[in-house]
Parts: sequence; structure tokens; C-alpha cells
Amino acid sequence: MKVNEGLYYTEDHEWIKVENGVGTIGVTDFAQQELGDIVFVELPEIGEEFQQNDNFGVIESVKAVSDLYIPVSGDICEINENLLDQPELVNEEPYQGGWIIKINLSAEKELEDLMNAEEYQEFLKGEA
Amino acid sequence: MRYISNTPAEQEKMLQEIGADKVSDLFQAIPENIKFDRSFNIPAALSELELKELIKDKAEKNLDLSEFDSYLGAGSYDHYIPAIIDHLIIRSEFYTAYTPYQAELSQGTLQAIYEYQSMICELTGMGISNASLLDGASALGEAVIMAGRHSRKEKIIMPETVHPAYREVAQTYGKPHGLKFVETSLKGSSSNYKEIKEELDGNTAAVVFQYPNFFGTVEDLAEIARMLENHKKAVFIVVANPMALGLLTPPGEFGADIVVGEGQPLGNPVNYGGPNLGFMAIRDDRRLLRQLPGRLVGKTEDIEGNTGYVMTMQTREQHIRREKATSNICTNEALNALMAAIYLATMGKKGVEEVANQCYQKTRYLKEKLAEIDDVTVVNGDNHFNEFWLKIETADKSLEEIETKMCQQGILAGVNLAELTDQQGLLVSVTEKKTREELDKYARKLEVLLNE
Amino acid sequence: MSEALIKDYGSPGRKGYSLPELDVVEKNPAESLPEGMIREEAAKLPEVSEVDVVRHYTSLSNMNYGVDSGIYPLGSCTMKYNPKINEDIARTPNLTNIHPQQKEKYVQGSLEILYELKEYLAEISGMDEVSLQPASGSHGEYVGLMIIRKYFEKKGETRTKVIVPDSAHGTNPASATMAGYNVVEIASNEGGMVDLESLKAEVDEDTAALMLTNPNTLGIFEKDICEIQKIIHDAGGLLYYDGANMNAVLGYVRPGDMEFDVIHYNLHKTFSTPHGGGGPGSGPVAVKERLAPFIPAPVLKKEGEKYYWDNDRPDSLGRVHAFYGNYGVMLRAYAYIRTAGAKGLKEITENAVLNANYMKHKLKDTYELPFASDSLHEFVLSGSRQKKEGISTVNIAKRLLDYKQYAPTIYFPLIVKEAIMVEPTETENLQSLDRFIETMKVISQEIEEEPELVRDAPHNTVVRKLDEAKAARNPDLRW
Repeated sequence: MKVNEGLYYTEDHEWIKVENGVGTIGVTDFAQQELGDIVFVELPEIGEEFQQNDNFGVIESVKAVSDLYIPVSGDICEINENLLDQPELVNEEPYQGGWIIKINLSAEKELEDLMNAEEYQEFLKGEA
Repeated sequence: MRYISNTPAEQEKMLQEIGADKVSDLFQAIPENIKFDRSFNIPAALSELELKELIKDKAEKNLDLSEFDSYLGAGSYDHYIPAIIDHLIIRSEFYTAYTPYQAELSQGTLQAIYEYQSMICELTGMGISNASLLDGASALGEAVIMAGRHSRKEKIIMPETVHPAYREVAQTYGKPHGLKFVETSLKGSSSNYKEIKEELDGNTAAVVFQYPNFFGTVEDLAEIARMLENHKKAVFIVVANPMALGLLTPPGEFGADIVVGEGQPLGNPVNYGGPNLGFMAIRDDRRLLRQLPGRLVGKTEDIEGNTGYVMTMQTREQHIRREKATSNICTNEALNALMAAIYLATMGKKGVEEVANQCYQKTRYLKEKLAEIDDVTVVNGDNHFNEFWLKIETADKSLEEIETKMCQQGILAGVNLAELTDQQGLLVSVTEKKTREELDKYARKLEVLLNE
Repeated sequence: MSEALIKDYGSPGRKGYSLPELDVVEKNPAESLPEGMIREEAAKLPEVSEVDVVRHYTSLSNMNYGVDSGIYPLGSCTMKYNPKINEDIARTPNLTNIHPQQKEKYVQGSLEILYELKEYLAEISGMDEVSLQPASGSHGEYVGLMIIRKYFEKKGETRTKVIVPDSAHGTNPASATMAGYNVVEIASNEGGMVDLESLKAEVDEDTAALMLTNPNTLGIFEKDICEIQKIIHDAGGLLYYDGANMNAVLGYVRPGDMEFDVIHYNLHKTFSTPHGGGGPGSGPVAVKERLAPFIPAPVLKKEGEKYYWDNDRPDSLGRVHAFYGNYGVMLRAYAYIRTAGAKGLKEITENAVLNANYMKHKLKDTYELPFASDSLHEFVLSGSRQKKEGISTVNIAKRLLDYKQYAPTIYFPLIVKEAIMVEPTETENLQSLDRFIETMKVISQEIEEEPELVRDAPHNTVVRKLDEAKAARNPDLRW
């Protein structure tokens, strides 16, 4: 189970990486393994605004559906359109090519609510 | 009970294994105060022979279609059904199977549904068909809900030319979802296009047309498609008679978004109205597809690269998405869909065309004969497929009287429209099964009757 | 082994049908219909002979598995034997060759059967009035909830909430949504039953109904049913019974006596009508007297010796089917009830429960039994022990297919991880039960000794494990 250093994590198994006020968001390696083969990702529209923990999309495997929740507040500035044709990227590269959205953070302070890599590792022990 | 195979000795052995004294011990979780403490007021068991006799006695109280020359239609049509259909569906690997949850052991059902979906697409001119819905009317109900969800609008324009039972079912389905139904009036036996045009607005979720319509008339779908050009959000729903599509331009060519209908005319008996099968086909559009209710079978490969079939896109369905599913449908009408598929395969490209043409020609023949009779008018004029609306205006006889007298001569002359709608007259349906002799007799008897 | 598509049997001009020559003068339909309404190109349907069709579908049937092939232990599906005489009865010419628009006086025999069926269904459930119109179980659920909706509308109450336990069939919440309700899910307690405290916390003046399956999907009887019904009724709500598991209680307890207000049946489960590879089913709804005005119109009635359809139902929720429901299925269910008789119905339940308990007892050491409470006609195991060895429940299910036995329902109910839900039904004999038990044990052993054998299963079916992800990512839904 890969957990990358330098990212923030949520209890819903999303990760966010922040660079210059822009957050890239995806689901963790654990999440993609639990879901199995991802077949569809429903993406929001660019410009849509979300508050922390809002439902911003849906991720589907063959026999499961999961809502996606935004780790911190912000507005969508980019979506990963590759996922429309290749949803399997989420399985293959959850932390790279399988990213889902990018947002402009509107409340960077909310990052403090999230877990770091070490804390998330620990959290996963309880999930297994 | 003869379908229980374990003997008392075997039951005893099983109880011992479990560690129970008697069977009733297994029901201890049921509180005593609510336990059923008497025996059902239901007759005692019958042997197979007694059951057959009982059913025979009851069946004899019916007068079935073989006793009459029937012109009843209005949503259920008595077409010829090739003998092979029943011979094939009585193969118990088909009819005693459940929904194909284990694909590898259910390839027969799955491939048959894939072929059904393909043939429904060919017939309707649409891109995608589901695996069937419960019946034509409930398929329309599902379609209006889907249209509301897809368009995020509320108004459903549904002309009076749509089958009255279908309208009722659509409203039953649609109202809890906040859909508002506008029923537009008749113009002759057609829809009033001007009125529909006036009703079309930015809040329109869907426009529903029946093709041919309830009164038998072929609506001008090209004209409707033109009207809808300025209302791209509105979903164009067509309720089609699949048999008519052997002759008529498929709705897909007019830009229909959703085509639903009753699949019964395709190889399924009239059977007092059920089980029938609803079909639903949509445009080849990924967004619409994700809103589609019902099961879907898709083609795929196994780990060795062999072709196989599976139920797919199941995340739309109730067993996964629960309260957010596109519909609650679970069991559909798989065996009826199989009958329709076998029918379409057997009749094939030429046969479906020929049946449709014969229906049209024979209807035309009878219609022209009847139109010659004094006091009789055919509201449809020449515009019909296999059904037309007959008005009989005579001072001295009621329609009921005419119906009864025709019936006494062995003819079920049609469906009395007053029983189903606000209109007067008979809805007369003719299928390929009719002979010219029968059609002549209908016309002759009616003429004699009206001149009595 | 694979079978070609029916269209690929074709050859241009080949025909598999015959029709009489057209015996009326042929006219050009284009002259009488609006412009452009005549199909220019025939639908690309197959061009095959009758022999082609017969061989094709015979071949497909050989790639299928039904109750007639062997055990079909799908939990909550009640896949019992489908008596052959019932198929003959459903093909009786003067019962089936009748048109739905024929006048009542010509179909009295059929109406008599339907009316008696209604009476039996009312008696078996302890309810007062029955609608035969719903064409499937979930259609019945939808109708039941619409009846509830109409009832509150008439009372002038707006209630928006339907409560379902987390162990409920997926159709329950989906039907509630279809009927315009918001769904509230409540967690089950440690015994696998409704948690009374959670229930109390959710029930209020906004609650229209609680939907309950009893025994629930774990096969466990909700023994607190009397308290549950009181909580709901005290809040002015109604109690809905999902009849999917009726095979567990025939003659032992009636939903009406448990104070349920509405119930739907699945004639294709409890009353042995064949499931057809996914339908037709039939889902009659039975209600208590106070809900009778709201059931779908028309309602079958009897006056003197005459049966008729009552359309004068001003408070009815309306129609849900173009005609009278799945009549052909009802004929089979009627025949089955008459074959069983009052005593036989109870024996059905006793043997269904005995068979399930026997199986549970024999398997509970090999597979984890997550809920120890007494169960009735079905039980739920978990493949979690095997999962630790790297083998998922789906692999176990696929391995069963190699042994020519159908797999139980898997991954349901959702509250059990790696769920394996088994319902043998009363028609399996001891040898058949033992064979299934033995196979499940062999598979467990294989997982320890030769896990790849199970992981790569099935090996002996017409196709190997199918790629469902590929099917969902790039849907190929037609030729």
C-alpha cells in the first residue's frame, strides 16, 4: 500500500498536494485497491465552488460507487479529462496520472484538519 | 406436498444433526403471541389429475379468441406466432434460470439478451437498448422520470393521442418527481401540433408521441422533430409499436431521444395482457446512457481472449446505487424478451417487413369497405397502420347494441372507445392473420345490421 | 466454446418463416401517410432459416443453467423447482388466448381464478385487499409505497421519510425514491436485527413508513417486531413488509398479524413460478382495510356469481400497468397453491427452514458465520477467513461453477464483508444439500493447498472469468 510523503490525506482516502495555492486531488492507493477496477469517474465543471467535505464527484468500479469529497474548500481550476477515456489511470497511478481535480484553495488553513503521510499510515492500520 | 423430496426419516436425520427435537423448534425466534395458530382457510391439496380437471372446468367458463373473429387491439395485438418460439423457450435451461448473476454459467441468457438489444436497436433506429422493462406503459413511466432527470425540467407534454392507460401510468410515475403533465387535444385522429408548439417552452422536460398513435394514425414525426429544433433540452420520447416499424421510418431517424413501447406484438401472445415486455432504446449518448433504467448486457472477453457476455454498467442499478439508482427495477421480462428475439430472428429482415405490410394492406382493405357504408366514417382517413377509429352515427342504434349484435354473429368488432377515453366510436384492429373473406364478412354484417 | 451471433448465421435472402399470400389488393402506403414516414431501408434483422434459429437457441440453452440443471442456492431469490404441470396450465388455450380488451362476461373463468388467488394471498398474509397489478417484486414495493403516499395525502399529512435497515434489499431504498420519498438508513445491531434505539432516534412525525423484510436478509427473524411496529405506529407511520422472504414463514406467522399495513409478494419466489432468466415475475400487493381505497385501479370484485373489474376508484393511486399485471404468472402461482393446499404450504416453509439450518450447521465451521442468531430459510456466511489467504468470495463463487453448481448470492447483504448468502429452498433433497456442503468444504481446502486453482476459476465453464471492467469502460451493447 503506497502512501506518498508530502501529501495531505483524508479519512475518506483522498489525497491533496498543494503547490502555489493550487491543490491537486486524487484518491489513495488504498482506495483504488478497495474499489477494484475503476470504470468511471464523474468530474465537476471548471469554476464550480465547493466547501470542505462537499461531494464533488463520483468514482465507480464494476460493482461499487463512491462519492468523492473535497478535502479543503476551493474552486475547480482543472479536471483530469484523461479519466473520461482511461479511468483505469486511477488504478495504475493513483498519485500521478490518476489525479482527479485541481482547485484554487480558498481556505488553506483547513489543511490542518488533514492527516500527513505518517498519520494516514497509522489510520490505515485501523481500516484493514 | 409433492415437491418436497426429503422423507420423514431424512428430516429426522437432519434434525438430529442440527440438534433440534422437532421442526417447530427452528421457529422459536417468532414470538408466541403473533404465531399463526390455525390452519389456512385454503382448500386441501390436489393431485395433478384433480388440478387439471379443476382448471379445465374454470377454463371452460371463458370464451377465448378462437370462438370469435376478433378486431380487438388498443395495445395488445393478435399476430401470428411461429411454432418454434414456444418450443425453444420451454427449454428449461432458459426458463428455470435466474437473472444471470454468474455470467460464466449464464452465457445463453446473456448472449440472447445482447442479441435482443441489437435487434431492438435495428428496428427502432436507436443506438442503445436495455434488456427490457415490465411493460409498455411502465416503460413510458420510466422514460418520463428519466427525461425529467436528464433535462432538469418539469413539464411533460403528452397529447391525448397517447394510449390512455399509458398516460395514466406515466402520470402515476411522474407526479412524485414533481413532473407536470400537459395533455394536448385531438385534431381529428391526430395530435394538435399547433397546441403542442404553443406549449413547448424552456421548462419542457419531454414531449411524448405515440407512433402510430392510440387511434391508429401515423403522426408526422418529421414535423415534430422540426418543432423541437428550438428546444434542444426537451427530450423527445416516442412510444412505438415495434411491428409498425417494419413499415414505418424508425423514430431514430427523426432524432428521438428515447423510444419505448410494448414488445408483445413480437412473438408474445395476447394472454389477457401479461406478461408483456416493455422495451426502451435511447440515442447513443453517454450521458443518457448513465441515466438509463434497467439491465444492460455487454460484450467482453474472458481471460483467454474468448468472447463472452456480462451484465454491465450495474452501478446505475438498485442493488449497487440503492436510493440513487436510475430506477428500482430488478426483475424485468427476460423470457418475453427472448420470445421477441426469437420472433425477430425467425421472421427476419423480410418477414417483419411483410407482416407489417400485410397488417397495413388488410387494415386498408377493411377500412375502405367500411367507409362505403352509410352512417359510418373513418376518422383517420387513409392515415393508419393496423388500426383505425370508426364512427357510426345512426339514430336508432347505440354503439353497445351494434357491438353486441356483431358479437352474436361471432365478431368482436373493436374496442369501444368510450370505455377507455372521452371519445365515441370503435377502435378496429386488423392483423396479418385476417383473410379477405373475414374482412368482407365484417363489412357485410355491419352493413346489414345498420340497415335493419 | 462460443456460439456465433444469430445474424452471423445469415445469408442474403434466406428465410425462416411462411405467411399466407396477401389476398387483398395491394396499395402504396406512401400515398396515404405523411411524407417520409415509410421506411426506406428494411431493419437489418437476421436472414436465417428455421433450422438456424432452432440450432442457435438450442446451443445458447446449452450454455445456461437453470433449477432443472441443479441446485440454485441464491439467497433471497427462492429458486425452488418449477412444477411442469404449471407450465401446461399456463398454456391452456382458453385461458391464454384471451384479449385484455375482451368483455368481462367472456373471461369469467380467468377472473374466477384471479379472484380466488386474491383470496388466498389475503389469507396467507393476513391482509384484507389485494392488487394483482404489479408485475415484479420491486414494482410491488413501488405500488406499496405509492399506496402509503396516497393514504397520507388523503389524510392531509405530508410525510417525506421512509426508513430502511442497512440490511435491506437494494430495491427498498430505490423504490422509496421512485415513490418520491427520502430514504433514511438505520444500522443493524450486533444480532443482525433492527436496532431499536437507532430506530427510535429516526422515527418522527415525518416518517411515512418503515420497510422491513422479516426474516431479514440474514435469514434472521426480527424478534422485536412487536416493539418495532409500536414505535412506527405510535408515530403515525405505516409498516411495509417486503415479501421476498415469505418462504420462511408460511403458516407460522402472517405479516398482517405482525401488524404490517402493506406487503408485496413475489409469486416467482414463494409460489414457484419460473424466473425466466430474469422475469417475468409478479408482485401482488396486499393491504389492510384502511389502505384498500388507494390500491391501483381497476380492482377485481365479485358480485353474486359475477366477477368484474371495478374502475370506480376515486382514491386509487392510478394504474401501474397497461392491463391487469402478469396474468400468465398468476395462473402458475394459483396452480401451485392448489397443489400445496393449506397443509402443504406450511410443509414448504418447514422444509425450507430445515434445509437451510442443516446447511448452516454443516458449513459454519469451515466458513465464518458472522451472526449467530437463529435463522430461518437462508443464512449468511462470510468468506473473510478465506480472504486472508488471498481468495475473495467471488473466487469461491466461480469455483462452485466448476463443480456444476450455481453460486449463492455474494456480497449481499452489504453489512457482511465477503458475504455468501445461501438459500437452498425446500425442493432440494438431502443428497443435493450434502453435495453442495461437500463442494464448499473442498473449495476451502483447495484455498489452503492450491489457491491459484480457486483464484483463476472457473476452469470448466464455456467461458473463463470474464472481464467486467472492460465491459463497463467501453460498453459494447449491440452488434
